[in-house]
Amino acid sequence: MARSTPWRRALTATLTAGALAVPLAACSGGADAPADSGEATADAASALEEGGEITVWAWDPTLESVAKDFEAEHPNVTVNLENVGTGNDQYTALQNAIAAGDGVPDVAQIEFYALPQFALSDALTDLTAYGADQLDGTFTPGPWGAVTQGGGVHALPTDSGPMALFYNKRVFDKYDIEVPTTWDEYVEAARKLHEADPKAYLTNDVGDAGFTTSLIWQAGGRPYQVDGTDVTIDFTDAGSQQFADTWQTMIDDELVAPVGSWSDEWYQGLSDGSIASLVIGAWMRGNLESSVPDASGDWAVAPMPQWEDGGQATAENGGSSLAVPAASENADLAWAFLEYATVGDGIATRVDEGAFPATTAELEDPEFREQEFEYFGGQKVNEVLADSASQVAEGWQYLPFQVYANSIFNDTVGQAYVSGTTLTDGLAAWQEQSATFGNDQGFAVNQ
Amino acid sequence: MTTTSPPTTASTPTVVHRRSRRRWTGWMFVGPFMAVFALVFLAPIVYSLYLSVFRTQMVGGTTFVGLDNYARAMSDPQFWEGLGRVSLFLVVQVPIMLGIALLVALAIDSGRLYGKSFFRISIFMPYAVPAVVASLMWGFMYGTRFGLVGNLNEALGISLPDPLSPGLVLASIGNIVTWEFVGYNMLIFYAALRVVPHSLYEAAEIDGAGQWRVIGAIKLPAIRGALVIATIFSIIGSFQLFNEPSILQSLAPNAITTAFTPNLYAYSLSFSGQQYNYSATVAIIMGLITMVIAYVVQLRGMRKEA
Amino acid sequence: MTTATPAAPAAARRPAPRLRTPRVPSARPRRSTLLTVLTAIVLVYSLIPLVWLLINATKTQGDLFSSFGLWFGDSFALWDNVATTLTYDDGVFVRWLANTVLYVVVGAGGATFLAILGGYALAKFDFPGKRGVFAVVIGAVAVPGTALAVPTFLMFSQMGLTNTPWAVIIPSLISPFGLYLMWTFAAEAIPTELLEAARIDGAGEFRTFFRVSLPLLAPGIVTVLLFTMVATWNNYFLPLIMLRDSSWYPLTLGLNAWNAQAATAGGEAIFNLVITGSLLTIVPLVVAFLLLQRFWQSGLAAGSVKE
Repeated sequence: MARSTPWRRALTATLTAGALAVPLAACSGGADAPADSGEATADAASALEEGGEITVWAWDPTLESVAKDFEAEHPNVTVNLENVGTGNDQYTALQNAIAAGDGVPDVAQIEFYALPQFALSDALTDLTAYGADQLDGTFTPGPWGAVTQGGGVHALPTDSGPMALFYNKRVFDKYDIEVPTTWDEYVEAARKLHEADPKAYLTNDVGDAGFTTSLIWQAGGRPYQVDGTDVTIDFTDAGSQQFADTWQTMIDDELVAPVGSWSDEWYQGLSDGSIASLVIGAWMRGNLESSVPDASGDWAVAPMPQWEDGGQATAENGGSSLAVPAASENADLAWAFLEYATVGDGIATRVDEGAFPATTAELEDPEFREQEFEYFGGQKVNEVLADSASQVAEGWQYLPFQVYANSIFNDTVGQAYVSGTTLTDGLAAWQEQSATFGNDQGFAVNQ
Repeated sequence: MTTTSPPTTASTPTVVHRRSRRRWTGWMFVGPFMAVFALVFLAPIVYSLYLSVFRTQMVGGTTFVGLDNYARAMSDPQFWEGLGRVSLFLVVQVPIMLGIALLVALAIDSGRLYGKSFFRISIFMPYAVPAVVASLMWGFMYGTRFGLVGNLNEALGISLPDPLSPGLVLASIGNIVTWEFVGYNMLIFYAALRVVPHSLYEAAEIDGAGQWRVIGAIKLPAIRGALVIATIFSIIGSFQLFNEPSILQSLAPNAITTAFTPNLYAYSLSFSGQQYNYSATVAIIMGLITMVIAYVVQLRGMRKEA
Repeated sequence: MTTATPAAPAAARRPAPRLRTPRVPSARPRRSTLLTVLTAIVLVYSLIPLVWLLINATKTQGDLFSSFGLWFGDSFALWDNVATTLTYDDGVFVRWLANTVLYVVVGAGGATFLAILGGYALAKFDFPGKRGVFAVVIGAVAVPGTALAVPTFLMFSQMGLTNTPWAVIIPSLISPFGLYLMWTFAAEAIPTELLEAARIDGAGEFRTFFRVSLPLLAPGIVTVLLFTMVATWNNYFLPLIMLRDSSWYPLTLGLNAWNAQAATAGGEAIFNLVITGSLLTIVPLVVAFLLLQRFWQSGLAAGSVKE
């Protein structure tokens, strides 16, 4: 940090609001150094006995029960669970708090794609100090790869999103559509459905960064390569192109409903069958149950369509983790809670409330796998989803500025959905703008 | 009706010799406002000026860069595109909104309406709706599949264009803003009209002047102050367009890009990109441009009067 | 920007003492059906979205997705929706409502008070830097607030104000438009002779202000209060940055959090509660309008009598 340039000192001195220079310094790349958690003997047990208060920022609704149970087990501990907003809203708040050096939570929920950004700026405690590196194998490969990207353990996974095909069986049966096993079949199914009922679509899409990267991931594309501050972005590899070609057909032939996910139109479509399938993360099981109750009995789950006949590769879509910010003043206690929620008794509570776990033990547990879901017509949905979790393709990496990159996805790739641009051109523009940002931020970006 | 000076006591002779005694008394009254104002407006602006001459990188930290950020903004197509868009919005939406507001205010003031107070309160009502709720509501109604537009298409067998498509989204946002603020501006004009002495235009009517003549010759000049200030605040509002596009963005992410308006751009730079420095620069440039235009409008508004 | 003083209000330019012809019933203009119909178009435009909101607040989550937007669904669930809205998540909506009322009472009340004092000073006193005051205010307002959010957050954080009600209240205390309104109103409503008379009687400035000027300003105060109330009630962006603890949220933030719940893995879509909550958010303001309107009208009338 160029903190001592004469210019800056002079400016700081002349400013009447000199105190403001302090937060600015804190702005410049997260906390100056991680809290000295390395020397901590990680004796969470004594912290638990001693008790205290921790603040947890999370939007995952199942953590409420987990926090209550944790408090019941450790009467001296108080857990303040705060929902600061979902996704980006929360990251903004976290970023601001870290910059201000005040009001930083002890535990924060962070999605996998956003983790590298916080990890890079040393804003998170490396959980290796608490022996978290020993947990290799406890989690499925996708989530574990995400929390350990670039070395160290930045967080522990809470839920995962191995992808599968959720489809409306009633609609499929009505129009005699077979469940597609490859993406080519998927396109044909989309065509058949839309021809049979012009108001119905096989799926919706208006351009979604998470969906696009997940499909490229499944197709074997690895557009992002990150080694410290050396970054490569390349959307011309075979996997990216395969995705772009196939999905371009879906867009050109108007086989995707132009409805944004999570909008009320989307829920309407899922409810009345006019959006007949989603290739999406396993957590969608819970969302369908709770938010599309009218379609109970209509939906079923099948393995993700493959890029090659007989293939078995899947990808992750979404999923999040709990991390301990470096600025936490109660890291030991924070770790104790985090451990309880992600590898301890908290898992069972969360699974009971509908979360999709990231731990192999749960995913392999017969009781979990064989549970029959009334909503899905008695199907043993978890079997399909858990199998997907074990088939996630390896070697995927996110950018250390993925939050920004995703924010400009619709400026670039999204244009292919509303104008004459193609997905390939859109991906090239996305690559270009992401690279510009990366270079501006001091990374060495190769394209 | 020729003075252009602000409404001060300066025109009253008694002030002059009392001036020394009361010299600072005014500050005792305006002081509290200015103190809070300095805290919540001026200090952040000063801080932003400070931020705008630095550059902070995720890798490499903070360096002093002088006016580099300003130079970058000058040649940043995204910034200029956004500025062009809000300028278009300003030129089209503001006259429509203020025109409707003025006509309604004149209609209500004319006393020729049935149910005058019902009109006044009802048309003002949308102003009570938070921008967040208004945008969500209109966003739903704009839906071509399940929204009101979709309902209409189905019921009438027509095919209305998608209000959220890239070509129409600016007009759709203009509609929301107009809806929200017609009543607000109407009330300002109406309040100004109410204090015009009726003796003035009753005399004119006796002289045989028609309604339009009375409006043109008496009412409009009389509320010029309100017209100018409403225009200035509308200009500021247009240049700062943010809430409506930001909420509609989730419904039309491809039509409303992250640099759709300069303010949205500054926001995404700061919040998604953590480019606080450049974001502050964009904000300051926008502030300067807005000030210049507001100033010109104010000058013109006053000159006509003289 | 020293010339950026606002236009003088019409009244200030009129020769004093002013005489206002009271509106005599017999002199009332003829009612016009045509004009009424034309204005009614604007009225319909203004009300349709509100009608939409009202109708959809009567629908269940299921009906919301399956029935015509501008007509009622199969079931009439308004009361259920209202009850659920008020009790959902341990009645957090009521807490948000209480917060909003707190912000409005302190924020809008304070903003109005500061605007009255400031406007009065600008209208009735001559003091150094006076011409600059409004220029600075307009100039500062021209800088987009969203981009200032982070600097403001960092400053407030240094002062330990973030995540407290003060972070919402303090910025609400400034209403540039209120200042302008009070300025023009005070210039017109308070005859300078009256102030001179009070001073000659030996009354102090503040005593004069509270005893003589304040009552004359009443109609203007109600108008400014109306505007600041709405501004505070609808305040969204700054609280979003400043507050983390949802128990300090105002209604707008709370509704947004509910809306976002639909987009959360494991969350539950509650659009019916978002819509009903939106309706409940508007109702108190509309009621306040209707009540204040009476004051506002009588205030104006009183003003004309005094003249």
